Amino acid sequence: MRSMGERKLIVLVEINKRLCKDCGYCMHFCPKKILAESKERNSRGYFYPELTDPDACISCGICATVCPEGAIELPPKGED
Amino acid sequence: MAEYMRSHMIADAQSGYCPGCLHALATRLVSDVIEELGQADNSLNVISVGCSALNILYWNGDFLSVAHGRAPAAATGVKRTNPERLVFAYQGDGDLAAIGLAEIMSAANRGENFTVIFANNQTYGMTGGQMAPTTLLGQKTTTTVYGRDAETTGYPMKMCELISTLEAPVFVARYALNSPKGIRDARAGIKKAFEYQLAGKGFTFVELLTNCPTNWKLSPLQTLEYMNTNTIPYFKPGVYKDKEAENV
Ligand SMILES: Cc1ncc(C[n+]2csc(CCOP(=O)(O)OP(=O)(O)O)c2C)c(N)n1
Ligand code: SF4
Ligand code: SF4
Repeated sequence: MRSMGERKLIVLVEINKRLCKDCGYCMHFCPKKILAESKERNSRGYFYPELTDPDACISCGICATVCPEGAIELPPKGED
Repeated sequence: MAEYMRSHMIADAQSGYCPGCLHALATRLVSDVIEELGQADNSLNVISVGCSALNILYWNGDFLSVAHGRAPAAATGVKRTNPERLVFAYQGDGDLAAIGLAEIMSAANRGENFTVIFANNQTYGMTGGQMAPTTLLGQKTTTTVYGRDAETTGYPMKMCELISTLEAPVFVARYALNSPKGIRDARAGIKKAFEYQLAGKGFTFVELLTNCPTNWKLSPLQTLEYMNTNTIPYFKPGVYKDKEAENV
């Protein structure tokens, strides 16, 4: 079993704000509720998600699963 | 974890779909699976007419754009002449269940060795939200302004159920793209269908329940809830036919 400390090292959610259309799916489904709408708009005029508490992320990948635009990725460990 | 990476089958750009449109998610799932199966250079996307066709705006693989409803006929031709290719038709419900009903039923009945990905959003998205054969009873569209009434327009057509009554199809399944579980199940279903095709097993049909926030006149998140309460109880997700599993 890994300790919680080690687990945090694999948090690698990458949000490509340029691709986001602010549908809200990632923010709705995030089980930790740590994705929140930005204050700024992206180049297309959409608000986008921001990770409010990276330490709380459990790398479940749900945000990446539900994003229609593929704007969120979780790169495999050691490949960022 | 490649499951969580954007596939190279789609260009590094926003899609042409409205915010929250599940056509974009369906396109991403198909592109992921093609890449995962190492078929990026060997795939052929036979594109229908409708918003379903908007994936050509960012699709990096080969594609063939054909007349409304005729994708299964065109796919039959390319697959028979290029049997080693991974061929799939991507069709909306107006395209597949209305104008193209003869083509889909005939190709399925012949057991053609390609895959149909059927995006069912219960409306004609591209032309402004008219009734489709799959529109739910009571659902308001621009051509059923008081809600669909079975008396005058019949009942929503269940394509998985119909196709699974045919002898030839080897895999027929329906998934709902309104939850993480539904999306992950759908990905596995698309993968199975493509694997069956690559093994030469025969006709495979994957229906994806999708949405149309713009014409349903709901926010993206509201469409997901609408699907839970209205779409899924009528169009039940599940595997309707899996000949390989039967043979085990
Ligand atoms: C022969 C022909 N008839 C009618 C049309 C108009 N038309 C374009 S898209 C469409 C319906 C598309 O609906 P659907 O297949 O459900 O796709 P969606 O837009 O919802 O993805 C129609 C009727 C056409 N392009 N060609
Ligand atoms: S799911 Fe994707 S497109 Fe929708 S708000 Fe989140 S990042 Fe943006
Ligand atoms: S009109 Fe509907 S089906 Fe077409 S892109 Fe917009 S949401 Fe999707």
